[in-house]
Amino acid sequence: MLLKITFTQQRRVRLAQGLWLMSWLAVMSGAFIFCLGVYLKTELLRRAEVMDNTEIHMVPNILMMVGLVSIGTNWVATRVCQDSLDASRFPRWKLLLMAWFAVAMLLCCLLLAVVVLSYALQGRLEESLKVGLRNGIRFYKDTDVPGRCFQKETIDRLQMEFRCCGNNNFKDWFEVQWVSNRYLDFTSKDVKDRIRSNVDGRFLLDGVPFSCCNPASPRPCLQYHLTDNSAHYSYDYQAEELNLYSRGCRQALTDYYMEMMNSTGPGVLSVILIQMSVLVSLRYLQTAVEGATALEDPEGESVGYLLEKGVKETFEDVKANVLDILKFAQVDPSAAEGSPGAEDAEKPADNTTEKAASPTPSPAS
Amino acid sequence: MPFMPVKFNLQRRVKLAQGLWMLYWFSVIAGILIFSLGIFFKIELRKRSEMMDNNESHLVPNLLILVGLLACGLNAFGGKVCHDSLDPIKFSKWKPMLKTYLLLCCGFNVLLVLVSLLCFLMQFSVYLTLAEGLSYAIRFYKDTDTPGRCFMKRTLDMTQIEFHCCGNNNFRDWFEVQWISNRYLDMSNDVVKDRVLSNVEGKYLMDSVPFSCCNPGSPRPCIQHHLTNNSAHYDYDHRTEELNIWTRGCLEALFSYYSSLMSSIGVFVLFAIILESVDMAGLKYLSTALETMAEPENPECESEGWLLEKGVKETFSDLLTKLKTLGRTNQVEGGDAPEANT
Repeated sequence: MLLKITFTQQRRVRLAQGLWLMSWLAVMSGAFIFCLGVYLKTELLRRAEVMDNTEIHMVPNILMMVGLVSIGTNWVATRVCQDSLDASRFPRWKLLLMAWFAVAMLLCCLLLAVVVLSYALQGRLEESLKVGLRNGIRFYKDTDVPGRCFQKETIDRLQMEFRCCGNNNFKDWFEVQWVSNRYLDFTSKDVKDRIRSNVDGRFLLDGVPFSCCNPASPRPCLQYHLTDNSAHYSYDYQAEELNLYSRGCRQALTDYYMEMMNSTGPGVLSVILIQMSVLVSLRYLQTAVEGATALEDPEGESVGYLLEKGVKETFEDVKANVLDILKFAQVDPSAAEGSPGAEDAEKPADNTTEKAASPTPSPAS
Repeated sequence: MPFMPVKFNLQRRVKLAQGLWMLYWFSVIAGILIFSLGIFFKIELRKRSEMMDNNESHLVPNLLILVGLLACGLNAFGGKVCHDSLDPIKFSKWKPMLKTYLLLCCGFNVLLVLVSLLCFLMQFSVYLTLAEGLSYAIRFYKDTDTPGRCFMKRTLDMTQIEFHCCGNNNFRDWFEVQWISNRYLDMSNDVVKDRVLSNVEGKYLMDSVPFSCCNPGSPRPCIQHHLTNNSAHYDYDHRTEELNIWTRGCLEALFSYYSSLMSSIGVFVLFAIILESVDMAGLKYLSTALETMAEPENPECESEGWLLEKGVKETFSDLLTKLKTLGRTNQVEGGDAPEANT
């Protein structure tokens, strides 16, 4: 027996009551995880226009699913606790409890996976933002193309809200035509020169949109002729730091999302702890109550444990069980001849392995 | 003849006590809400105090904080009294205080009415303070090197971006003010010299606005400078252009924000007044029902509860005579002095 503890009737009652409370706490933490998933998903969807793929959505999706399943399983645990001290109602939960333990372990593993994923997917998020922002900057001028008319407003609001400019920095705006052709006077010499200056015939400027302007600058914002020191009084392009936002939007958004996911880390870890403690306590309660019902005096002492045999033996039993199930699925050529005998020999063996794996102790036998 | 009498048996008394206890705790929560609304309003005023020239009146939020705390205290006491009311021993220690407590609640209700009125009337004061403060803010926009005003530019830019507004009444307010500091003007340039000489005070005036007036929803990249000059920009008519910069003035935007905040706080305080009055009526009924029990030893007996012992008119005239006699005890009674000697 692994980690056995003796339980008197009073301790069993206390355990059941404490576990009932803890299961309700676990239900609420499941709801918390669900709300966390919803919040993350909403925040990601808000900026979906500047993201190229939705791989990062795996994290909030798993959180929402785990939250919902956790609410259900922990509610079942509260029902089990309520029935645990009533000898007539408890046995019907026996089969369900095996499945319950499996589901609870799975939930804990999924939550751990979420924590790991939120760090692992950072690279994919950056890639997605890089492509999305590049497209956003390229289509900034297309306010008359259906499907892209709000790109300008989206990018402007993004730059103002996150205090960033361009993809990596403000120079990204120099490589793209961000003024639409309908606002360019093609008879003007300056426009014609600029268009002829590059192969694609684009109107390129060393200027940025107004949303890159930094309000904290002591000087009214300089948007155009940024690389030309003589275009502005007392201006040095290399030394000027406060005029525009220096951070790129990709960096700003990645930092924002990483910070959000990191701050949820401790919450998720504490939910994992709560779930594990509910699991362990329910196992003790199940074994203690079953031990008590098997005794002549149901109010007497019983032993509660985590595993009936040691870890290795239980593992061997489970492995044998699984292999047997697999063997039934395979066609056994030798079984065709001696099949009745083989089946008869296997059936009692299965019964004993099932009995050994199930937690019902039979100390009398 | 008591005013609005109601008969009570034991069950009704118990129900009244329980219901009133719940109602008092709702009132405590309402008091906490008023307190937090007061703090929120105070923070909002402080956040934008630069736009109001640091001159804004904090009377309303301070009163709200005070009223919220008082409400919590009074209602918690009321809840405790209700909780003890069905136990005669515990109730007897609260009995003498009930009259003063009800008078205090009356006074508190009057205070709440006053606060609610102020919430609606002080909006005028906020409007005037905002108008004055914004005109100063626009004037000091360029003074980013003057201590005490260095952050005016940033604050005004952030306000215009956040509230989607431009200037005091509209964007033309920027045309009347020099918003570019002299340290960024090349005084040897002819254009600059012309502009400076063009007005009496020697200010560098332009028909331009700062970048924070730009509307991101415009399909065209923002046009900030030479706004009234159609030929300066391709395909531009300043009379029909609506989306380029924000057309609303910051006075209107900020005032509508503050006035909606103050109005909703005022409505909530009115709701709290109604709640308090119901509490007071309930407590009066409960205390009179417990006092008029025919047999104090038998808890099952019937009793009667009322709001006022006599009718409204009689109570009012009693109150007046009491006030008159209060005044008269200070005067020397002519007839009493010879009687006292004999």
